[in-house]
Amino acid sequence: MELLCPAGSMPALKAAIEQGADAVYVGLKDETNARHFAGLNLDEASLKEAVRYVHQQQRKLHVAINTFAHADTFQVWQNAVDVAVRAGADVLILADIAMLAYAAERYPQVEVHLSVQASATNAAAIEFYQQFGVKRVVLPRVLSMNQVRSLARSTSVDLEVFAFGSLCIMAEGRCYLSSYLTGESPNTVGACSPAKFVRWDEGDEGTLESRLNNILIDRFAPEETAGYPTLCKGRFQVGNDTYHALEEPTSLNTLSLLPELYQEGIASLKIEGRQRSPAYVSQITRVWRQAIDSVMADASRFQVQQEWDRVLADLSEGRQTTLGAYHRKWK
Amino acid sequence: MKFSLGAIQYFWPRDVVMNFYQQAAESSVDIVYLGETVCSKRRELKFDDYLAIAHSLREAGKQVCLSTMTLLEAPSELRELRRYCDQGEFLIEANDVGAIAYLQEHKLPFVAGSAISCYNQYTLRHLMNRGMNRWVMPVELSREWLTQLLQQPLVKDVRDCLEVEVFAFGHMPLAWSGRCFTARSENRPKDQCELVCIQYPEGRPVSSQEGQQVFVLNGIQTQSGSRYNLINQLPSMQGIVDVVRLSPQLMGTFDWLEKFRANRFGQAPQPLAKNDSNGYWLALAGLVQQLD
Repeated sequence: MELLCPAGSMPALKAAIEQGADAVYVGLKDETNARHFAGLNLDEASLKEAVRYVHQQQRKLHVAINTFAHADTFQVWQNAVDVAVRAGADVLILADIAMLAYAAERYPQVEVHLSVQASATNAAAIEFYQQFGVKRVVLPRVLSMNQVRSLARSTSVDLEVFAFGSLCIMAEGRCYLSSYLTGESPNTVGACSPAKFVRWDEGDEGTLESRLNNILIDRFAPEETAGYPTLCKGRFQVGNDTYHALEEPTSLNTLSLLPELYQEGIASLKIEGRQRSPAYVSQITRVWRQAIDSVMADASRFQVQQEWDRVLADLSEGRQTTLGAYHRKWK
Repeated sequence: MKFSLGAIQYFWPRDVVMNFYQQAAESSVDIVYLGETVCSKRRELKFDDYLAIAHSLREAGKQVCLSTMTLLEAPSELRELRRYCDQGEFLIEANDVGAIAYLQEHKLPFVAGSAISCYNQYTLRHLMNRGMNRWVMPVELSREWLTQLLQQPLVKDVRDCLEVEVFAFGHMPLAWSGRCFTARSENRPKDQCELVCIQYPEGRPVSSQEGQQVFVLNGIQTQSGSRYNLINQLPSMQGIVDVVRLSPQLMGTFDWLEKFRANRFGQAPQPLAKNDSNGYWLALAGLVQQLD
């Protein structure tokens, strides 16, 4: 079972490798990936350096090219695939049918994984994408453990699941909430709730208001921790209640599911967070390396250590973690 | 320019649905999409009921398409999907690529719904090669995006084999989740939802703490808080859009259908309601209402 860690920069990548990641995934410095943020990601030269470093350590590098190509600038996406292959990346993570078809035809020897942004949640959808020779499918964070199990037992492709990090609660690649509020979405520009639309206002009596494109996402009392205004994690009014109508600021944490995921033959555990700091990546990777080593040594005796939970909780949104959709009660 | 009625997105009682399609049969609509696309627990009407409605609409001169589920998770949902894909009589709207996989086994044509991620000419051509003969553009795309896409030689070559449909009226489907937000709004777990959606035939509005309606909760689906209304943009669709979709609303759908038809060439523009939007088509944030 592979530990696949995020890196938005060379220092983060090195931190992940040093702490025992089996593979690292990165994106290029443009709109071809779903973490298209200022100051993040690699250009062609640093991608080559990254490949060299990762291969020296005998690990793997995956490149996410997982937004949807635009009609008039299609060559930007094509070029991203060319650059990644030229740099020697081990894996392309793709979502757009156009890019899957391009990679299958142009680079049939290169391993392709189906990005979570392709939103393959069932065996028939996986069957559809197998025509492009995808070796692995990254499952959206909407499935319960039962559904993951049933897929693992019915499909011939490898499965990768999200193990830890910010929790996307919608079927990825089919969520337009961000463009509805701002005009920009993960699919079209590679960002959800983009930072340039965020504004913080001081309200009355020390309250703090977070806004996205001028729409009030949340209002925090002076003693509350104010989180980034990801639009699905705001407090809204439904009927007479004001609450986190869609989801609370919380992170996904599947440590307690590790033995089950391992027994079902899940090929890879993905840590979310290319936008995070090298220190974050380092701490998360260390915990997950220990946890995976422990489960692989003896799954039946696996126990989540308090220290792991403490470290992960400290690094979580709102210091809260959840099993998300894996657990029926969350739904 | 043809007009269509999308599948009913909300959970309506059986008699309300039957009454709606009775009106549809008597209306001027050209194409009707039928079926449950949001939640497989909503079973006021079953497969055979939809087929019966489909037959009577066809007898009334309508083209009928059967719409399929968008977020497919459980094996039981795939079995139900297969029944739709295997019936062979009516055109299918695929809202997940899983349906396309099944339809390919029979070499059947299909409509790709707005939740299929088709953003460029290569994906469009690929889907056409697999049997797509009508494409419902993703709701977040604009006239500008559509025009650029249709201008590509790869699309121009086959444009006469493809109909382009645009979602133009109603609360837009924006997201689907494993979680049921309507059940959550009533403090119920999804497993024990007691089909509470039936109490909200227009969904549950979600407002910001300043009273701005941002979303509508419709079970596992999140919709736009605003009603998308492109009635005054119809003239700008001439020559590029073949089918204009109205999404069934609890009240007034057929009045709007006639208003839309009357304004195809801009002869009868309509004032917009305060909560109407047209931003996406104009390449703005979806919730924006831009006056001409």
